[in-house]
Amino acid sequence: MKAILREARWVGVTIILLAVALTLGTLALKQSPAEIFHLIASQVLFDGYGLGQTLYKATMLIFTGLACSLAFRCGLFNIGAEGQLYAGAFAMTLVGLRFPGLPGIVLIPLMLVVAAAGGAAWAIVPAVLKAKRGAHEVITTMMMNFVAMAMANYLISAHFHEPETIHTAELPAAAGFPSFETMFGLFKGSPVNAALILGVLLALAIAYFLWRTPAGFEWRAVGASPDAARTSGVKVEAATIKILLASGAISGLAGTNFVLGYKHYFEQGFASGAGFLGIAVALVAKNNPIGVVPSAILFAFLSQAGLTLNRVVPREIFEILQAAAILIVVIAQNRLGGEAKK
Amino acid sequence: MSFLIQVLRIAGPYGLAALAGTFSELGGVVNIALEGMLLAGALGATLAAYETGSPWLGVLAGIAAGMLLSCLHAWASLRHRVDQIVSSLACNFLAAGLCRFVLKLIFHSTSNSARVEGLSAWGPFDPFLVMFFLIVGLCQWGVYRTRFGLRLRSVGEHPHAAESLGVSVLGMRFKGVLISGALAGLGGAWLALEQHQFTDGMSGGRGYIALAAVILGRWTPLGAAGAAIFFGLAESLQIILQAYGVQIPTQFVQMLPYLMTLAAVAGVAGRSRPPAADGVPYSSEQG
Repeated sequence: MKAILREARWVGVTIILLAVALTLGTLALKQSPAEIFHLIASQVLFDGYGLGQTLYKATMLIFTGLACSLAFRCGLFNIGAEGQLYAGAFAMTLVGLRFPGLPGIVLIPLMLVVAAAGGAAWAIVPAVLKAKRGAHEVITTMMMNFVAMAMANYLISAHFHEPETIHTAELPAAAGFPSFETMFGLFKGSPVNAALILGVLLALAIAYFLWRTPAGFEWRAVGASPDAARTSGVKVEAATIKILLASGAISGLAGTNFVLGYKHYFEQGFASGAGFLGIAVALVAKNNPIGVVPSAILFAFLSQAGLTLNRVVPREIFEILQAAAILIVVIAQNRLGGEAKK
Repeated sequence: MSFLIQVLRIAGPYGLAALAGTFSELGGVVNIALEGMLLAGALGATLAAYETGSPWLGVLAGIAAGMLLSCLHAWASLRHRVDQIVSSLACNFLAAGLCRFVLKLIFHSTSNSARVEGLSAWGPFDPFLVMFFLIVGLCQWGVYRTRFGLRLRSVGEHPHAAESLGVSVLGMRFKGVLISGALAGLGGAWLALEQHQFTDGMSGGRGYIALAAVILGRWTPLGAAGAAIFFGLAESLQIILQAYGVQIPTQFVQMLPYLMTLAAVAGVAGRSRPPAADGVPYSSEQG
């Protein structure tokens, strides 16, 4: 556990470097850094609504970040979270619309299972091609992303959209996650909901699985050295398929935040790149499931801060900062982490 | 004939980006940043053409912008041995944010730039098309008929053997990535100058389709250009069919390149094999 926490320190390093970069950036734009940081503190960090928005955005990133970190940790570069997310969310919505009469206690678990199955199904082609043909998963998962987005757009626009909109009909009232506002009276006006709790629990479960169970050990062994794993009796091909399917299933659950927790329908492009940003979230967390939670909050915070400060400084600065965060961290990890190992 | 020209015009930017990907990967460096380089090239070209009024300076600036971004990819992945996929993804994030930032700063718009002059035709010929064919030929010759090409392929196939023969692995890889940036930057300049403006996200996934063309073209310049032309054909066929009242949902045509790539890596028509050391960071100590 100590080792897990030690690895999570990269998120702290990134925050410090980003604060420095933001200070320099605002100075270059002839704005006062003090004012910028005051605005961030008063409207994002210490504001119920701002913080709630950050956590709402972080929720989807926690799921996609977990999906990526699990796969990366086991040596598979699944960059297909975006497509798997759409597949899961769409399947889940269809089920919800199909069984409007079911009580929530049956319907919600059913929808969660279907979402995970949908995400995993979207990972089958890359998983089998990797295990049987050695096709590189980066290419196949990326291609599956574009197919998923085109497919979802087609299904929505040709078959399932409500007139004049780009979303499906609304789900039955039973298919909903309670918001933090209704549960605890927190984060007034923001849609942060029970999906966040689900995400955090999932992070703990994945960490437990990877470091405390024999199967988790085998999966990590496949990531560390497939040849060594094979020599010591691990069925690498079977593990490869399982890892990619598990990663897809986690991505498939990411849509719950929007579909169950916020709008209660499936909308074209609702994830707006959360699947791709999940890659960055995982990298900054050094593919550590526990680290994914603060890392996702960091990226969500950057995008919320960008929105809030848009009147003072262009919010694109925060997009650039997100890219900088990735580069800074991976270079620092390679430099410092590499030397420590020697 | 005009149909053929239309196909080639659609295919051209794909083709240049696919050649870009081929050069980078032949040297052993995976480059997912093609998308970002197209975008950087388009913005660079628009800015320079806008400021100077000369579209040819725009072309040069587009090439330079693509090379600049490729330097970042090379610096992170070669100098610091960052995973090449990670490094090039970061380049894409950076290019997208930076382009929007500049658009806002210079043109005070979130969607598009001011109008700029395009290249004037050379008699009946589109200068970009002429350049495209010259470049395809030059690339094929350069990769298979010159010492440079042999060395580039050697560091992509077996870097340790190449180094033992005195070839600088990192140097050759850097050149491959730099050429990649120049070609993709030119592709971006083509996009922008043909539409006479820069629009946000105008690369529109072409960089990723180009990656598909690299694979379908089996890592040869001619193959990559051929695959790109095929994708251009698919896109224009759709426009033609719609004009005749045949309705194919656009989304299915959009999926075509991706599905074909999946079929190609699945080995439907023979094995499609990348350079052996593609994506593997190099350090002379390991070996």
